[in-house]
Amino acid sequence: MSLPPFDRVVTEYGQLLLRVCRALLPLHDAEDAAADAFLAALEAYARLRPDSDVKAWLVTIAHRKAVDILRRQARHAVPVPEVPERADRAEPALPDERLWAAVRELPSKQPHAVAYHYVADLPYADVEAIMGTSDAAARRSAAAGIRSLRLRYTPGSGSAPGSIPMKETP
Amino acid sequence: MNELERLLAGTAGGSGGSFPQASEDAGDLAMQRLRTALASRAQQLNLLDVAYRTIDTPVGQLLLAATPAGLVRVAYTRGDYDAVLTALAGQISPRVLFAPGRLDDAARQFDDYFARRRRSFDLPIDLRLSHGFRRTVLEHLPEVGYGRTVSYGELAGQVGSPRAARAVGSACATNPLPLVIPCHRVVLGDGSPGGYVGGPNVKRVLLSLERAQ
Repeated sequence: MSLPPFDRVVTEYGQLLLRVCRALLPLHDAEDAAADAFLAALEAYARLRPDSDVKAWLVTIAHRKAVDILRRQARHAVPVPEVPERADRAEPALPDERLWAAVRELPSKQPHAVAYHYVADLPYADVEAIMGTSDAAARRSAAAGIRSLRLRYTPGSGSAPGSIPMKETP
Repeated sequence: MNELERLLAGTAGGSGGSFPQASEDAGDLAMQRLRTALASRAQQLNLLDVAYRTIDTPVGQLLLAATPAGLVRVAYTRGDYDAVLTALAGQISPRVLFAPGRLDDAARQFDDYFARRRRSFDLPIDLRLSHGFRRTVLEHLPEVGYGRTVSYGELAGQVGSPRAARAVGSACATNPLPLVIPCHRVVLGDGSPGGYVGGPNVKRVLLSLERAQ
């Protein structure tokens, strides 16, 4: 059995990896992280065993890329007394941006646990392996994240002027 | 809507009906940006083993694929280019990416050919998908000029194996670069078109395109 063309991996998991990265990083950085992750995956692809779990493998790579970017940003962050207006607020208000912003603003490891379990739909065993934490800790992080998202994020409430109109779901 | 959104929407006190969906257009644009960034950076890092794109022509959709050495495959997709890519992944490398820019020049030459502005292709080609006698036949084929035809038997004679008409037929049938290597100019002894990788009708179209000078 041989590996499918890498292009099919991009088609199949491109949207998913972009979403996972958006749960961790602002739009521009998220797209960079996703491209970095696919590039690293392309480099290693020929050595991948054909029966591997491609999704978990890609999310693992994306995790490392996102963590790199977050560390770099933390190093260069200047302490300010008040939270400044986020640069990505200037972007067109995509309907799902509020949700991603709410996930990103969760404390500690919660954005990662939420992104890998709820956005990528990976089992906790994989989330644990990716984050280098115990199964129970990953579960607790994800649960705490979802709890505070429910408090802080109200789906469908007042879209900003000029935003893309929301689609009615049947 | 993903698991996360469903989860949150389900607890939002009945406002689920107006829950913001990820905009599909925004998602498509993000995918395009991802593919463009990936293709150009893969090429810079020499990770682009097989670049491909498709083009629409008067004889249907063609898939063009190139290695760093040159054009390696032209395929009549008949709507299923995935099968062609799977074969290339197995034969050359699984590092296959959609990279249209890498094949712009080739695409332009195909446009020119079908518009009768061009009579032969001027592209670096990579013949690694053809071996032995078949390759010898293909290497000889460009000598059969635009608008001309040759029979399987005649071509066999020209490559020094006059009794190998059948083997010439199978070389044409497995030509990895149809059109660029003009196997459509090889016809039956009685002058009728005979078989073709793109189907006999396409062969007739190509021969009449080249005759109408």
